[in-house]
Amino acid sequence: MLKTAKLTPEAIRDTQAYQQLGLTADEYRLICEQVLHRLPNYTEVGLFSGMWSEHCSYKNSKPVLKKFWTQGDHVLAGPGEGAGIIDIGDGQAVVFKAESHNHPSAVEPYEGAATGVGGIIRDIFSMGAKPVALLDSLRFGEPTDSATTYLISQVVAGIGGYGNCIGIPTIGGDMAFDACYQKNPLVNAMCIGLLNHADMQKGQATGVGNQIIYVGAKTGRDGINGASFASAEFNDAKETQRSAVQVGDPFMEKLLMDACLEVIHEHRDSLVGIQDMGAAGLVSSSAEMASKAGSGLKLNLDLVPQREADMTAFELMLSESQERMLLCIKQGSAAEIREVFDKYGLDAVVIGEVVPGHQYQLVHHGVLEADVPVDALATQAPVYQREKRRPQRLDQQVTTQFVPTISDVTATLKQLLQQPTIASKRSLFETYDSQVQTNTVVRPGSDAGVIRIRQTDKALAMTTDVNGRYLHLNPRVGGEMAVAEAARNIVASGGLPLGVTDCLNFGNPEKPEQFYDLDEAAQGISRACQLFNTPVISGNVSLNNESNGEPIYPTPMIGMVGLIKHLRDVTTQDFKQAGDKVYVVGATHADFNGSECQKMLTGQVSGNLFDFDLATEHRHQKLVLEAIQAGLVASAHDVSEGGLITTIAESCFGGDLGVTLTSQLPAVQFFAETQSRFVVSVTPEYQAAFEALMQETITYLGVTTAEDRLWVKTADQAFDLPVSEAKKLWEGALPCLLK
Amino acid sequence: MKFAIPVFPGSNCDYDLLNALRDCLHTPADLVPATTTDLSGYDAVILPGGFSYGDYLRSGAIARFAPVMTAVKAFANSGKPVMGICNGFQILTEAGLLPGALQANESSKFICQVSALHVSNTDTRFTTAYARHQDIKLPIAHGEGNYYCDDATLAELKAHNQIVFEYVDNPNGSVANIAGIVNRRGNVLGMMPHPERAVETILGSVDGLGIFDSLLMNHVQGDAHVENR
Repeated sequence: MLKTAKLTPEAIRDTQAYQQLGLTADEYRLICEQVLHRLPNYTEVGLFSGMWSEHCSYKNSKPVLKKFWTQGDHVLAGPGEGAGIIDIGDGQAVVFKAESHNHPSAVEPYEGAATGVGGIIRDIFSMGAKPVALLDSLRFGEPTDSATTYLISQVVAGIGGYGNCIGIPTIGGDMAFDACYQKNPLVNAMCIGLLNHADMQKGQATGVGNQIIYVGAKTGRDGINGASFASAEFNDAKETQRSAVQVGDPFMEKLLMDACLEVIHEHRDSLVGIQDMGAAGLVSSSAEMASKAGSGLKLNLDLVPQREADMTAFELMLSESQERMLLCIKQGSAAEIREVFDKYGLDAVVIGEVVPGHQYQLVHHGVLEADVPVDALATQAPVYQREKRRPQRLDQQVTTQFVPTISDVTATLKQLLQQPTIASKRSLFETYDSQVQTNTVVRPGSDAGVIRIRQTDKALAMTTDVNGRYLHLNPRVGGEMAVAEAARNIVASGGLPLGVTDCLNFGNPEKPEQFYDLDEAAQGISRACQLFNTPVISGNVSLNNESNGEPIYPTPMIGMVGLIKHLRDVTTQDFKQAGDKVYVVGATHADFNGSECQKMLTGQVSGNLFDFDLATEHRHQKLVLEAIQAGLVASAHDVSEGGLITTIAESCFGGDLGVTLTSQLPAVQFFAETQSRFVVSVTPEYQAAFEALMQETITYLGVTTAEDRLWVKTADQAFDLPVSEAKKLWEGALPCLLK
Repeated sequence: MKFAIPVFPGSNCDYDLLNALRDCLHTPADLVPATTTDLSGYDAVILPGGFSYGDYLRSGAIARFAPVMTAVKAFANSGKPVMGICNGFQILTEAGLLPGALQANESSKFICQVSALHVSNTDTRFTTAYARHQDIKLPIAHGEGNYYCDDATLAELKAHNQIVFEYVDNPNGSVANIAGIVNRRGNVLGMMPHPERAVETILGSVDGLGIFDSLLMNHVQGDAHVENR
């Protein structure tokens, strides 16, 4: 790095050194000819490489993201800020965002996952919100080889290590396993914060003469140009990427969070703007803050707190050292702000100021190291309308549904409960502190995590969902289903879906087939979001999720938050007592393509994805929520992977209750994954009212029992086994695989 | 009865404890910084859970040097009640206010779950509100909660009835299933489970109230239970 820093502008041009940094020849030419009208020096090339990376500029995904439905009466801030904000009444708002840390986690799983959590937390408190919950959506290869089990254990340890220490409960998430993620795991972290409207912050640097103050950890050589790294593909030949991964310090972040929130709450008049130093570190935070305000900015890099000697301007600007924030404060208030950070033992140093004009200037050792237009960095990256071509895999599919032939459905159920994607994740989520802050009403393991809002009768439900297999078979409908499932989880917990954040995990957008997947999925997501009235308020894009040319399944993670209007509406998936009536909401069809059952029995996921009707989905959700709010529902559980029988079994496990059920369906259809369904239990006194409300949407199945027996008689066979045995298999499978 | 909650950099259960005391027990309580050297005016001190100073060394090993710990020691020596929850327990052992040490869990993993506990001594000022031999459920959340002491210390603990809480199903490898102990004098309690997380029905359990109720009750009764019986 040091040697290349001495490259002259001409040498950069002649050796095409910009390509190593992730800029294309066209982008370099654009900078020379249209932006600067001269050759950029090495530092300037670095600034553009970071800011014009996909991670910071969304240059490949912007045309797609524009299609998202982002409106809604309650949206206080949508995409573009650090995180989105939705009003929840009483002068309060919920702030949330998700971010991927896939590439860092593949290279250094513990720190990759930990810093993913740390980064998303900063996004939340930089808006002025107190972080109140974390969720994690994870995808791994089949947990059958030691490399994968190592990845899993380290990623989980990294998530816990950060969240547990900083004191934010990890209350939910989702996890699934497929071979396509083996070398490219997905690690998506979501953070939710609570905000008083009056504390709402913006990442902006306005007012000539106002000061830019750097707070938190010192800058080192970790994660240099990580944004560009994260935006590139993996291959086995490139094993030199470890230095692009940052190292996290949750203790430092706790101090930083507490100090920043104190400044926000108690020094409001002195604070102009605040932003996290995330991807592309100091350059992205400062350039974005100036650009948003239409300001110029001048920084003196000699003043940046440094952990290592002889750092170059390039390194200082592109380091992704963690636990750092940038504040813009009113002229003359530095002493007051510094006093707060002093109390927490943190660096707080004025490193520059807002200047007239629109230039972004960096001075290092008395030399003007960079002098470029602010907007060129922050908003004027080229936008690519990528070519879109329908992948062959979608046209080669048989149009009929796979229908399994199963002679012993009980044996198949036992096998299914042990599939990694279906099996209990308890052994993993038990390593996360899910209760700190003492607001957790529903802990991990139900459809959604729930936290109460103190001093109110309200609660928030939150979940992450997506089934990449469905998108692999049909990216648009699969995208709709991802939103639908998330909403179903919120509704089953008693909440009204409020809004969505996403991590769009896809392959290389320069390959037309993969861009097709991204574009189609986004349209499906948007359509569903509009219907459910859940605007997309934040999110991130992770492209180039490929290893050795093979992409992952299209996996747009949907993070959703819902509002539970009264604490009495909080509902879990567990059957509550013997004698309750069990129903399934929604019809069941022979829908097996893309199902867990298909994968387990055939070893692959193939065929046309089954039909899905958003309107039906929405109707069922509205009815279930109405039933819950009317106090008629004892338990509700959304039907998803593994089908009806898996859902019923899971509802038995929590309260160690049995069931005696009868159905006219053929037994195999209990493994079908038809959407828009819930399993609901109702105490006998509410049976009539429930049936009157739900009308033809429900089918009565039978009753819960105090017996240790799951007994479901179908049109042909019966599922019959002790609940305790089923639970043991379900809970034991992952610990056994991960041993 | 007024409680002091010393807050170390990295404490993260300080507000949980404060809320439990103020909102659920309706008793005054203050957060006091780790730099505090004066605890006069308080009737009890509770060290909260968390990761003091990041706990990158041994848990509690740095916190024990914080200025407030000198005051906590004096407070304990005067016979007033001192309690440490989770990281607070670790700090109390590091500070020598309680015997033994907390090692990494046997699984080497952090564990967050609800643990069944046996209240083995209901005669301490912290436990009189529980029925004799009552079984309760309290959340645990720790990576280093594996209580260790040598045989001689264990014999001492048993001889003086200092083991207050025992795990019904040992989650972390603790010697003799120990979840919480008092000092010989009975005025210092350390426990890994989190009673402050079990003070409201909506949080899943109210079994933690007994500890705080006991403290309040015994204070009103004029510190009748100061000495461990």
